[in-house]
Amino acid sequence: MSLRTLKAVLLKIGFWLLVAVLMVYAIFPFYYAVVTSLKPSSELFEVSYWVDSVDLSNYAAVLSQPTFVAAIRNSVIVALSVVAIALLLGLTAAWALGRVRFRGRTTVMMLVLGVSMFPQVAVLSGLFEVIRTLDLYNSPGGLILSYTIFTLPFTVWILTTFMRQLPDELEEAAIVDGASPWVTLTKVFMPLLWPAMATTGLLAFIAAWNEFLFALTFTLTDSQRTVPVAIALISGGSQYELPWGPIMAASVIVTVPLVVLVVIFQRRIVSGLTAGAVKG
Amino acid sequence: MATDEQGIAQARHEASSDDTPPRGRGTRVRRQRVRAAWLFLAPMLIVLTAVAGWPLVRTFWFSLTDASLSSLDGAQFIGFDNYLVFDDGWYGILADPLWWQSVWNTLYFTLVSVSLEAVLGVIVALVLNAHFRGRTLVRAAMLIPWAIPTVVSAKIWAWMLNDQFGIINHLLLTIGLIDAPLSWTADASLSMWAVIMVDVWKATPFVALLVLAALQMLPNDCYEAAKVDGIHPAKVFFRVTLPLITPALLVAVIFRALDALRVFDVIYVLTSNAASTMTMSIYARQQLVEFQDVGYGSAASTLLFMIIALVTVIYLYLGRRQLGGEQ
Amino acid sequence: MASLTLEKINKRFGATRVIEEVSLDIKDGEFVVFVGPSGCGKSTLLRLIAGLESITHGDLMIDGQRVNDLTPPERGIGMVFQSYALYPHMSVYDNIAFGLKLAKSEKQTVDERVRRTAKILQLDGLLDRLPKALSGGQRQRVAIGRAMAREPKILLFDEPLSNLDAALRVQTRNEIAHLHERLGSTMIYVTHDQVEAMTLADRIVVLNDGYVEQTGSPRELYEQPASRFVAGFIGSPKMNFLDVDARAEGDAGCRIQVPGIGERVLPRRLAGDSDDAPLTLGVRPEHLTPTTAAGEAGFRIVNVEYLGSEAYLYLETSNSDTLVCRSEAPSPFARGERVTLDFAPQRAHLFDHDGRALPPADVEQMSTQATIS
Repeated sequence: MSLRTLKAVLLKIGFWLLVAVLMVYAIFPFYYAVVTSLKPSSELFEVSYWVDSVDLSNYAAVLSQPTFVAAIRNSVIVALSVVAIALLLGLTAAWALGRVRFRGRTTVMMLVLGVSMFPQVAVLSGLFEVIRTLDLYNSPGGLILSYTIFTLPFTVWILTTFMRQLPDELEEAAIVDGASPWVTLTKVFMPLLWPAMATTGLLAFIAAWNEFLFALTFTLTDSQRTVPVAIALISGGSQYELPWGPIMAASVIVTVPLVVLVVIFQRRIVSGLTAGAVKG
Repeated sequence: MATDEQGIAQARHEASSDDTPPRGRGTRVRRQRVRAAWLFLAPMLIVLTAVAGWPLVRTFWFSLTDASLSSLDGAQFIGFDNYLVFDDGWYGILADPLWWQSVWNTLYFTLVSVSLEAVLGVIVALVLNAHFRGRTLVRAAMLIPWAIPTVVSAKIWAWMLNDQFGIINHLLLTIGLIDAPLSWTADASLSMWAVIMVDVWKATPFVALLVLAALQMLPNDCYEAAKVDGIHPAKVFFRVTLPLITPALLVAVIFRALDALRVFDVIYVLTSNAASTMTMSIYARQQLVEFQDVGYGSAASTLLFMIIALVTVIYLYLGRRQLGGEQ
Repeated sequence: MASLTLEKINKRFGATRVIEEVSLDIKDGEFVVFVGPSGCGKSTLLRLIAGLESITHGDLMIDGQRVNDLTPPERGIGMVFQSYALYPHMSVYDNIAFGLKLAKSEKQTVDERVRRTAKILQLDGLLDRLPKALSGGQRQRVAIGRAMAREPKILLFDEPLSNLDAALRVQTRNEIAHLHERLGSTMIYVTHDQVEAMTLADRIVVLNDGYVEQTGSPRELYEQPASRFVAGFIGSPKMNFLDVDARAEGDAGCRIQVPGIGERVLPRRLAGDSDDAPLTLGVRPEHLTPTTAAGEAGFRIVNVEYLGSEAYLYLETSNSDTLVCRSEAPSPFARGERVTLDFAPQRAHLFDHDGRALPPADVEQMSTQATIS
């Protein structure tokens, strides 16, 4: 009897130990970035696990750089535009794919899925040509256009999944009431799909905010860069003189909004991720 | 009789309408809907053609030319010379040892990191599936690595792995596991492991979430039955849980594998263009942008695309066969 | 308000025939109920009339005009759905007004109509509520209100009571009957519940496997079922069926031998070539009269069901079928006892091996029978 309780206690301790290890593993790198960013440059190279004193000089340094502020602005413009475009095109496409049976539907679904599996590098030179032809090189417009290649497919997939879950009779009631497809979509379905759109929009925002390859390739000047590129290109004199303090401060600045969003909307995000993947 | 003639005319009318395909018919509502469906799809299809379909075709075309970044329009058709050509020795991508190394690096990276992510992901999912106080908090914490931009996580890890001032070397030295600081990102024998470490850290939550969703859909009575029968938990896991979550795990693994095969940013930030961690995406972009050789780079891109397509087809084929076998 | 004509309507989904050659005339102001077991095509037929499904062959006319190619609002139909299908994000007012607004009615007209509809359905106080704040019965009324707000020519109901509990179902049934009386509009109602059909309908259409088995008033269907299927479907508990042999008996009809009951002469006419043919006798439980049997004669009572106003006896036949017969309540019989049965020959039905009812023996044909086409 006592042996069994001992075993139970040990199991419980083991479990909590595991939880603790996972928590540290998940959080520590970001935590350490925060700790580093709050250090004055003089203490930067002494390893410490706690925040001893709060020093905001790294943040001041980063935010006083016009290129970094411009990068944040560019990232916001690009990410929000991508979300808007992906939701608009995704919603109409999801209605067609989720609620209408027509010849070619499966083919379109497969094409969309195929695009989501594209390696971005595979379209790099062709896309570069398209962007240059449209005179969008080195501008947010070029990034907004190119980001649809990875945001649109999953937006369409997730919204289609949610669209299919709406009851048929609701749409039939709208038809009997004389609603056109556009009216049905905007007046009946869209108000019901807000949660799904919030989820999808959030995922699209995160994806666009984090993108690196296109942003690196399709922009040229500091004033047009997005945050990931700006951070990647922060440099000092040589590899050993990288300004780690400002880099960590910049990292924290661009990550905090995402972390807050993720913590608030974690349920939504999980449902969106699984909805997109389960059908895949 | 008039009615008979009418009847025949009616029958003929019916016969002729039979010739039209069944989907062409339908109520006005249905026809309207199908028309609206294509109209509603059009913007998406146009955009995807512009950013994916057409560029893919152009990339393939460039791979057959000597195009360079400065003179895309003046490109000359040169056949498959970018891929392989004999001109006093073999030249072209397929004869470039660096390409083959980047292929091997990519496959190695994919295999190791995705395997680790699958195992860790299942463990994390099992923990998150248990009922305990603060579960929501832990789940939110698990999402943080996934949400952090790859570039940022690469930078953070680069700092933690810094050879002189990095906390990881400091920790290992303090514990006494190593005698001298390791240069994680510069040492060719370690850099791949550094990259894998970062990727596993970042991608495990994704796998865990998909597996967790599958775990939460499992029927409870199976477990109660197993409990009543006194079956060992480990046995229950391997006999009941694992087979039931395998489909979800497979989906997660294919998503991750496709991501890993085209990996770019984490490696670019962590180790730049170093040969020891060069992947196919890095190789292709280096040729395209840094060496400005659009033709050669496009050929590399095309090969990457074909390899990924091949993996996808194999996966789908195996997946279907396995599903068929189960039924 | 309108008349509706179905002319040889057919519906196929791919190769599956769902509706076969259905012809029907529905008069202005009539209350018609489509009834049948699940999968018989009754809902599909309703959706064909609504314009939600396409008609494969045949013509659908409203007021003499062919409407096959018109949309539901153009046809002038309103529909009440099984799940109500209320717009969850719109108030009761907006739910009712949605169709009116889409029809581009004047704002004032919309408001007037919505309020009038709400008044008829006693929804006046609920106009600002969302559907989720309503009870099942109230949601049902909103669904009806939405369907009738545009003053459609024809109101369609697709199993509208199946989501309500038993008590509310009876109440709402009465309300719908009352509504029909008040509006006087043409209504078509689909249900699988023969009690709903019997209580609501001016005319019932019994569907089976995509065919119309029979059309007629509730009383006609009960008294003169055209087929064994209809006989078994209408009435509760079900009609008893017994295999019998029959012999023609001239103008009097035919003589049958009923195992366990004896010989009877039924006023039913055998078809010329079916002398000595195996037939099925059908007698409703309420038309069988039980009497206490002497010794081992008759049938053994295996169960007595007491319902308060009446009781049903479950009897075991020699070939282990069960017969049901009604008795007064409390029943003078008990389980295990034996009873003999009798029935009035004019109340009994005979069906041939195809399940069709044999016609009455007298020369005068009874009206409105047999719509099997």
